[in-house]
Amino acid sequence: MTDAARDLILEVRGVSLSFGGVHALTDISFDVRRGEIRAIIGPNGAGKSSMLNCINGAYRPQKGEFIFDGQPIAEVNPHRMASLGVARTFQNLALFKGMSVLDNIMTGRTLRMKSNLLLQAFRLGVAEREETAHREYVENIIDFLGIQAWRKTPVGTLPYGLQKRVDLGRALAMEPKLLLLDEPMAGMNVEEKQDMCRFILDVNDEFGTTIVLIEHDMSVVMDISSRVVVLDYGRKIADGSPDEVRANPDVISAYLGTEH
Amino acid sequence: MIYRENGQFKVAYRDDQQIFPIAQDRWFVLALLAFAFLVVPFLFDDYVYKAILIPFLVLALAAIGVNILVGYCGQISLGSGAFMAVGAYMAYNMFVRFDGMPLIAALLLGGGFATLVGIVFGIPSLRVKGLYLAVATLAAQFFCDWAFSRIPWFTNNSSSGSVAVGRLEVMGWHINTPVEKYLFCLSFVVVFALLAKNLVRGAIGRQWMAIRDMDVAAAVIGIRPTYAKLSAFAVSSFIVGVAGALWGFVHLGSWEPLAFSIDRSFQLLFIVIIGGLGSIMGSLFGAAFIVILPIFLNQFLPFLGSLFGVTISTALISHTEYMIFGALIVWFLIAEPHGLARLWSIGKQKLRLWPFPH
Amino acid sequence: MGFFLETVFGGLMAGVLYSLVALGFVLIFKASGVFNFAQGAMVLFAALAMARFSQWLPMWLGFESKWLANILAFAIAAALMFAFAWLVERLVLRHLVNQEGVTLLMATLGITYFLDGLGQTIFGSAVYKIDIGMPKQPIFVFDSVFQGGLLINQEDLYAALIAAALVAALTIFFQKTTTGRALRAVADDHQAAQSIGISLQRMWVVVWFVAGITALVAGMIWGSKIGVQFSLTTVALKALPVIILGGLTSVPGAIVGGLIIGVGEKLSEVYLGPFFGGGIEIWFSYVLALIVLLVRPQGLFGEKIIDRV
Repeated sequence: MTDAARDLILEVRGVSLSFGGVHALTDISFDVRRGEIRAIIGPNGAGKSSMLNCINGAYRPQKGEFIFDGQPIAEVNPHRMASLGVARTFQNLALFKGMSVLDNIMTGRTLRMKSNLLLQAFRLGVAEREETAHREYVENIIDFLGIQAWRKTPVGTLPYGLQKRVDLGRALAMEPKLLLLDEPMAGMNVEEKQDMCRFILDVNDEFGTTIVLIEHDMSVVMDISSRVVVLDYGRKIADGSPDEVRANPDVISAYLGTEH
Repeated sequence: MIYRENGQFKVAYRDDQQIFPIAQDRWFVLALLAFAFLVVPFLFDDYVYKAILIPFLVLALAAIGVNILVGYCGQISLGSGAFMAVGAYMAYNMFVRFDGMPLIAALLLGGGFATLVGIVFGIPSLRVKGLYLAVATLAAQFFCDWAFSRIPWFTNNSSSGSVAVGRLEVMGWHINTPVEKYLFCLSFVVVFALLAKNLVRGAIGRQWMAIRDMDVAAAVIGIRPTYAKLSAFAVSSFIVGVAGALWGFVHLGSWEPLAFSIDRSFQLLFIVIIGGLGSIMGSLFGAAFIVILPIFLNQFLPFLGSLFGVTISTALISHTEYMIFGALIVWFLIAEPHGLARLWSIGKQKLRLWPFPH
Repeated sequence: MGFFLETVFGGLMAGVLYSLVALGFVLIFKASGVFNFAQGAMVLFAALAMARFSQWLPMWLGFESKWLANILAFAIAAALMFAFAWLVERLVLRHLVNQEGVTLLMATLGITYFLDGLGQTIFGSAVYKIDIGMPKQPIFVFDSVFQGGLLINQEDLYAALIAAALVAALTIFFQKTTTGRALRAVADDHQAAQSIGISLQRMWVVVWFVAGITALVAGMIWGSKIGVQFSLTTVALKALPVIILGGLTSVPGAIVGGLIIGVGEKLSEVYLGPFFGGGIEIWFSYVLALIVLLVRPQGLFGEKIIDRV
């Protein structure tokens, strides 16, 4: 394996996805280098969320394959991808509304919890210790995100910005190798965006987590991402550094329309 | 003033994770338990234990089981009556067919069989949810109805179709009087409530609630829906099965399949809704409500009628009961969908601030 | 062979009634997203109303004609079902608009209990007859093909005809009238319907009323056959497998499903029953529905359920 190949944490090859007659994605191929921040951009309806959904196994593409960490994935389903170390946040915040912030983030530790039902029922030594150990890890995440004051509050009652942080926290709790962020800045004001940028950069810096994010805010994309993929109507129309992509005429016409 | 957390700081996560983190709550519950075990046995005459306390306890236990499935894991089940029946009949068979089978073992084994049946009828939950699942669980209900009335093995080939259990005893302690039966049931409820509470506040409880709230997202973070749903069915049916066995052995003494018909399933569902979905305490509140309401109506309605010079027949009382019941369900769902448990916690919130209004 | 056909016919007739009850479910579900557990109670209530009023009216108004009594009783029962629909919308549906399916289902369970109690309080709980003049004697057909002919219950035949007439009337209503079109719009997409000015509340009253009429006709037929009694509520429970089979959102599915279940039940009872010691009618349709659920969750005609995140 070449140095470059070992450097790739994810390869997407020839992925095509359709719903009935609607072609969400057509023959998409790109790669993600370990430790980088890769942005996926494109006009609305371009297929960006669908792409993310394919990567983490929520959707099954009709064609194409994924190579994660050098290994081809035979069966892509959510549980498999989660256990391989892929986590994601959601555009519409798929938080567990009935649970508190703490519990929501604790669910992210599920894959690392080993004690069985019986032990949990009696809350014997092992179960209690495990619960406390995971609680500690989750509290670190809560500190990192600055949401200590709301840890016992039911998530459904929190303002949008805080919910977004909880969503991020839950994904972080999985200790992922690859973090997929679906429009993490959506609906935020400038300050909140700065906070979220800081979180993303810190996660990438401190934990070395590779990040793939979908984002509409161009300034964010230009600022923090190392490379960008551009989608339009389900096809890839550009792939490169932020500057290259910004100057690409296809990208410009996709967003602004062509000159007559 | 009395109900404040001032000065109660937790320095270890372990303390923060207790069932009752607030000291006053702990004292209250301990006092309540002491009262229930040590004082109540001397307070009432037999009727109260037989007609109120024992059914309340057993139904509360069953409701805890149903709540785990419906309230915590979000899977609708209209077949709880069937699981109670399995528990009762299998416990009966274990008790009668094996000489020297200890009572508690028989009851738990009954629960075990209910677990197996529960898992089998829980399999549809892996493919469908909501109303479709409700229909699937109805299949369990009707199938069990039929099985226990038509297959002679279950009733030990009894000619009348009903079964009876004789002397109950645990390691020499004979459980004959209503008070003794009350204490027996109380012990079961306390133990199971504790176990259930541990489960729902632990890892599996979070998995259940995640499936309930958004099962697609749950899968994405690594929760296996199959394991979560089937474990909910398993644990729930176990508890409901044991409750069924208690219902037959301790409360009824002798029974036939009708005791566990679809009306029982609906009753359990109502208990859980009125009491509060997703709340162990709610199950207790709901059971108390359901048990006391008919008794209350039985006394109150004739009294009301006599005020107007009208005699109310028993048939009319039971019809009115139905009407009030139905109206109450609807009212609860509109006004407080989270049931009595929510009202209780709102009350506690206000108590925290008392005597200040906010 | 003759016996087999007779069983099938008998099943088809029983199935017709299941279809009627299932139809009520489907109508309400399509238009308001509510799974109406109370449909069975509605059947009973409507049938009780008609039965009692057909007895009371001649007494109160002093006329003899049974025919007139039935028509008036039907009209009054229909009016009662309208009042019921209006009350349900006003007191229950309006307040539970955005709750999840479970809550609404539970609410209809509550309505069931309420309606049960109310019906029996007002109308009494004995078994009452509805006599709409359906001939009771069986007839024999096809006696050229089969020796002695095939036994068909005339009552069942008429019942099937009445049900068919109702379905035809409903079809015309939905396809040709403005209200019917509005109902279809609401069933398709609540928000879109609202945005063109259709009042959801009004439509819900209409659809519950139509379901009430369906319940009334079903109750009338069934009541005329076996008498109006409490067991009619279990008819509703029989209709659930029909809906699963046919698909919760499909009117043709309800009809086809009802016929399949009806035939299936009869055949299973006759041919499989002896192996199981009899009485398997109770659960056969449910187990059948269960199997369909596992294989094709949306039923034969229903819309595929897609989960989006």
